Amino acid sequence: MQGLDLTILLAGVVAGAAPILLATLGETVTEKAGIINLSLDGTIILSAMAGFVTAVVTGSIVAGFLAAAVVGGAVAAVVAVLGIHLGLSQVAVGFVLTLMTRDLAYFLGSPYARMEGPLAGPVPLPFLSDIPFVGPVLFSHSLPVYFSMVMIGLCWWYLYRTPAGLKLRCVGENPDGAYARGVDPDRVQLIHAVAGGMMVGIAGAAFSLCVKPGWGQPQGCEGSGWIALALVIFGGWHPVKAAAGAYLFAFLQVMSIYLQSWYPGVPAQVFQVAPFPLMIFILVLISLAQRESVLRLAADHPALKSVVRALSGSAPAALGRQKKGE
Amino acid sequence: MAGTPKAKERTPGAALSRAAVLPEIALSLVVVFGFTTLVLILAGAPPLASYGQIIKGSLGSWSKITHVIKVWIPLTLAASGLLYTFRIGLWNIGVEGQVMMGAILATAVLRMGAGAGNGQLYLSAALLAGMAGGAVWAILAGYLKTRGGVHEIFAGLGLNFVAQGLVLWLIFGPWKQPGIASMSGTETLAESLWMPYLQGLRISPAALGMTLTAIVLTAYMLGSTRFGLYLKAIGSNERAAFLFGLRPQAVMILAMVCAGGFAGLAGGFQVTGVYHRLIPAISSGYGYLALLVVMLANFNVWVTPLVAFFFACLNVGGIQLPMVLQLDSSLSGVIQGTLVIATLAVHALRTRMKKRGTA
Amino acid sequence: MAIELRDIHKHFGRVRANDGIDLRVRPGTIHGILGENGAGKSTLMKVLAGFIPKTGGTILMDGREVDYADPAGASALGIGMLYQDPLDFPTLSVLENFMAGRAAGLGLKADAYREGLRKICAGLGFSLNPDSPAGRLTVGERQQLELARLLAAGTRVLILDEPTTGISALQKETLFSALRTLAADGRSVILVSHKIEDIEALCDEITVLREGRVAGSMGRPFDTRALLGMMFGAEPTVTMRSGHVPGAQVLHLDDVTAPGGRTGLAGCTVSVSRGEVIGLAGLEGSGQDVFLRVASGLIRPSRGRVHISRRDMTGRGYHEFRSLGVAFQPASRLEEGLVRGLTITEHCALQEPGGPFLVRWDSAEREARERIAKFQVVGTPDSPVESLSGGNQQRLLLSFLPGEPELLLLENPTRGLDMESVHWVWEHLDAYASQGTAIVFSSSELDEILMAADRVLVFFDGRIIKDERPEDTDAMDLGRAIAGKV
Repeated sequence: MQGLDLTILLAGVVAGAAPILLATLGETVTEKAGIINLSLDGTIILSAMAGFVTAVVTGSIVAGFLAAAVVGGAVAAVVAVLGIHLGLSQVAVGFVLTLMTRDLAYFLGSPYARMEGPLAGPVPLPFLSDIPFVGPVLFSHSLPVYFSMVMIGLCWWYLYRTPAGLKLRCVGENPDGAYARGVDPDRVQLIHAVAGGMMVGIAGAAFSLCVKPGWGQPQGCEGSGWIALALVIFGGWHPVKAAAGAYLFAFLQVMSIYLQSWYPGVPAQVFQVAPFPLMIFILVLISLAQRESVLRLAADHPALKSVVRALSGSAPAALGRQKKGE
Repeated sequence: MAGTPKAKERTPGAALSRAAVLPEIALSLVVVFGFTTLVLILAGAPPLASYGQIIKGSLGSWSKITHVIKVWIPLTLAASGLLYTFRIGLWNIGVEGQVMMGAILATAVLRMGAGAGNGQLYLSAALLAGMAGGAVWAILAGYLKTRGGVHEIFAGLGLNFVAQGLVLWLIFGPWKQPGIASMSGTETLAESLWMPYLQGLRISPAALGMTLTAIVLTAYMLGSTRFGLYLKAIGSNERAAFLFGLRPQAVMILAMVCAGGFAGLAGGFQVTGVYHRLIPAISSGYGYLALLVVMLANFNVWVTPLVAFFFACLNVGGIQLPMVLQLDSSLSGVIQGTLVIATLAVHALRTRMKKRGTA
Repeated sequence: MAIELRDIHKHFGRVRANDGIDLRVRPGTIHGILGENGAGKSTLMKVLAGFIPKTGGTILMDGREVDYADPAGASALGIGMLYQDPLDFPTLSVLENFMAGRAAGLGLKADAYREGLRKICAGLGFSLNPDSPAGRLTVGERQQLELARLLAAGTRVLILDEPTTGISALQKETLFSALRTLAADGRSVILVSHKIEDIEALCDEITVLREGRVAGSMGRPFDTRALLGMMFGAEPTVTMRSGHVPGAQVLHLDDVTAPGGRTGLAGCTVSVSRGEVIGLAGLEGSGQDVFLRVASGLIRPSRGRVHISRRDMTGRGYHEFRSLGVAFQPASRLEEGLVRGLTITEHCALQEPGGPFLVRWDSAEREARERIAKFQVVGTPDSPVESLSGGNQQRLLLSFLPGEPELLLLENPTRGLDMESVHWVWEHLDAYASQGTAIVFSSSELDEILMAADRVLVFFDGRIIKDERPEDTDAMDLGRAIAGKV
């Protein structure tokens, strides 16, 4: 039976959360601007492949991450352009792209399957990593993991403390209003869909070059795009809350590894599948927390009230909708 | 579609757009061809030889064509079911899991029938159980949507993963082959529990007949019945339909039952007519593929089986690629996805341009 | 800043919303644009504000031709518009709304904007809390916020589209005095309205639009009869309803409190009898919407009882209310009333829920023809409802009301209709009242309520603060009640 070392466990959570965290933050930014990029799951797989293959061919991990970001941005651009300029349903395009990009990844990546590839190793930060407990948990990771942590604060600052972020939130709430104020909603949406998509792409490379190194069919990151999409809702479209959700999810994942070794009698499939009923359950809770009857009940019960507040958060009003203009 | 408002066919716009469909299809095909060729060159594969293999692998011989029809049957069934849910505006992504649940329940019934004499009875019961399994899985997603407030995409998707886990657990756990559990699936069923084949062709006439019936039934339900009208009204404006006195949530569940039932039947055929056992990839991704089929068919009942046939050809032809050219068979998925995107885009582009022309 | 519009055209497909309009606005004046709904006023102003591109014509500022393709271009020239439906961001704070579209660079410098907002508000007599979400403001306060933002953005030509709809009398006074101050500073103000008394009270000059063209213009002093003539082509005839004799009780709300809308409904006790026509007055969203939805079973009260025809229906659903002869018609025709994408025939087939399994298309089409003829709808059975004009959609909706309902609940039944359609609607509703149906309707037009209702209920902040017969009151009196002064 494996013992439980809190330092190792938390360090594992911080590292393991990095890809899903990046994807969740990217999609949060995209959806804040009013665009739904449903293609996350396929995009992550495709960019994981692109990052891995590029890194293998060039021998450069940086090139791998760049390639993954470009791929992620390109897929998002397809969703955005078809949605904004041709008026197609973003959900339809995103869903088709999910399937298509996954198949594309398997097709192009098959010669590189199970190949030995480069790996983003840990870079302990000088001095900081020597702090007891905090050092190993937060400051002894690889660069992509640091990047994911920095992006939480950066996304928050961008959305809530810069003029560009204000513009972006306006577009997501009411594109006609933004247009009337001299903002070009189409441009803002396109830019942030691509930016969010690039973060999703980096998330893919964080899988294949860092957290689940290597490429194969399956790679092991399948399904995480859907989890990230659900985490955006869980986070109430707020980057910090979404990040908390990503860490919570990673925690449960790490715990399941321990649990599996503690309860060998439980079939392995239970642990593989568990995240998804959990995702549904949490989405039900979030929906319940917004019901009139629950809100009324919560008004009288302080404990329930804080739960409800933690679960509440509203989607950008114009999510998936474009400027009407005339 | 006898009985649907004849208005649609009479309007001059409809005739015009029908004539305009051909150049749209041509343009979409050019886009797909260009993109796929690019992908093939990127993969270092000979494009023309690859296309040739796909065509030869799907339509090259009678046995290939029967293979295509074997894929066409579950694909068309699942797609027919999706016509109901799309009509009411639901994204029934859970169709994949509904196919799996159909296969699981059908297998369960057939395992009970192992050794029993009356194979036909157990076969029929297995197909009914398959429909019930798919329907239950669909109702679950439906209730999560109407009662739980979870978007059907997330509910369905989560249930797909659960169904996949269930299939794996059964194969490696309770239903494992005597000796050692393996990815090849459960034990093969006795031949008395197989769907009867047509002499020499390895196609079940019963399955083919039921699929054709499903198409006609769906056309009839959507076009001529009050249920079909309700689906359309609720799909177009749920709020107004409610004020008109309809019960949108109940109708949504009914639509899910239809979709799940057809998908479950498809899963039942996968077990009784194709694999004769439960395998990990029992649904073969036909649920997801059926969503693409219906979208490409522009939600039209009569176009759906044609698109399904085309997609089945791509799927079957794609199997040839790894054997002959050492390419991954997922190329067919790339072609199918690109085709849907390109068609949607080309159609939207033309509509835009036409609008600008009249303004 | 002098503005001149020359031969402005704006066509939507075959519809000519603006058909060659010339307009001159002198600097430092308030110019009124008067006209009925659908006369082309809003379209013209959206063209001037760059929100929609014009089909043809030229715009001159201080005699110089200017050309711009979007609001950004207009705003750079100093043209700003207060839209009829506030184009703001309800979930964002007042301060964020104030900054939106103006702040640039890296930091937000929120404190500088906060100070700017405070100064402008102080100058115009507005009081706005910068940290409150804009969605919590009243319509009047949201206008003040927009106005402050436009001024901060350096607007020299200010366009206001129907600013007096949905705001209190006090807010109207504040608004008018602010506009006078702004004009005195040399800005040009264009005020669009269909309310002749507002325009007369404030403007230096009036241009009247009718059917997309200029019907005439006038400087002070104004001749009301002549203006009305320009607006309608002929003077409108006002029909007065003769009071119906109330019969047995149809609807009874007993101390009902219910959630919903902006204010909810609080402690409401009302009885409605057969044959009565009741008008609900009040600022938009003061509880009328919740009242109608409680009475139709769409919203369940959190306290109190609801009786329909002396049966306790508290907690029952919409479908059960329907089966007792209660019919509800929402204000938004295409959002809630009709099903976009369905034809008139298909709507007729929908009409009989629980009908046979198969749809009888031929009888549905026959019925569609009958309704089209009887209700004078311009359209064919095959027309999708969204292709009909607003007035025709309203007629079609009315045709779907049941034949002999006990209670009709109508939300703004004549909003957006031209005078002729309004009269047609009321003739039709009058027939219902004569046969004993009770009618409860909400309206933002006091004139309509005074004309059609046997009884007026005035809503303020979720409560009924006045319940009176039209002959015992007048527009002034009701106006004060709407503003909360009884």
